[in-house]
Amino acid sequence: MIQKDKLYSIWVYLQAEPLFWLTLTIGSYLIGDYLYKKSKLFPLVNPVAISILIISLVLINLDISYERYFDGAKFIHFMLGPATVALAIPIYKQFKVIQKEALSISVSLVAGSLFAIISTFALCEIFKIEDQVLFSMLPRSATAPIAMGISDLIGGIPSLTAIITIITGIMGASFGTFALDFLKLKDMSARGFGLGLASHGIGTARAMSRNETAGVFAALALGLNGIATAILVPLLFKLLNIF
Amino acid sequence: MLRAIFVIFFFQLLGEALKKFFEMLIPGPVIGLILLLITLIFLKRFKTRAINNLKSDVLNTSNYILSYLSLLFVPIGVGVVMHLSYLENNLFKVLIIVFISTVLTIGLTAFLMEKINKRINKK
Repeated sequence: MIQKDKLYSIWVYLQAEPLFWLTLTIGSYLIGDYLYKKSKLFPLVNPVAISILIISLVLINLDISYERYFDGAKFIHFMLGPATVALAIPIYKQFKVIQKEALSISVSLVAGSLFAIISTFALCEIFKIEDQVLFSMLPRSATAPIAMGISDLIGGIPSLTAIITIITGIMGASFGTFALDFLKLKDMSARGFGLGLASHGIGTARAMSRNETAGVFAALALGLNGIATAILVPLLFKLLNIF
Repeated sequence: MLRAIFVIFFFQLLGEALKKFFEMLIPGPVIGLILLLITLIFLKRFKTRAINNLKSDVLNTSNYILSYLSLLFVPIGVGVVMHLSYLENNLFKVLIIVFISTVLTIGLTAFLMEKINKRINKK
């Protein structure tokens, strides 16, 4: 009995410290990554989705609040900013290829960005989604911080946008390659660009784990579509209000 | 390594400051990315040893950070699962919409790009 009390007090002590949640995050990711590699990089075995699932199960079962977990995990979360800056390096290395494909990049950027927004709008109308949720969904193909800013601007709920944006990323990373294979697309720059444009950072991470060129074009698309969405959504929104 | 981390943090800091100053919608790190890219291209003209060393240091460190890019999305992803109830009875519909629209967008964008690239290369 004394033993059990002692174990419990150790747990109470540990769960209040960031170290426990940091270790859990990295450990779960390693399990996800191991399974991803074991599956020969099969897209449905997504390491991000697996680790999210493991950690969520732990939190729900032990009745731990997200805020407590994030208190530890924020150290990993923090690195997202520097990692975004670091995306300059692969883009720099492939700068010549990017210049060469400038035309196809700009055409597919505008077409893809518009399609993402308009198809979301059309589907929301079909499924009779209420306006506030619809507004929160429109910018979902942009990277989360941009999407949240746009959502706020047009009367959506930024935290809801964050959730939908991350879901978009995981969907794109898990199912996007099936669409690319179905269309028999071989061009690595085009495959990467599609993934990065529609499913931002998580799609880019997936492209990077497969092929360097695909990764570079995904990173490029992530940056460009962030900017394109920030311009197009408010613009289309104004047009919508006129009619 | 440490020098490279300083450079990367510095550019992010610069990006965050500019974002705040001009009240831009673009996140600070994306501005930092653009600034670092411009700097790297600009530095191409100067081929001294010190610059080359720093450059390869930044290249290696960045590649290292980027090899763990997926991991960095886990904390916010857990938040999504824990807050799924925000979507209430819309959850299922939202998942279907996101699935259809995302997969079609990826296919259409990549399809267009591959076709245009092929046409240009033929000329």
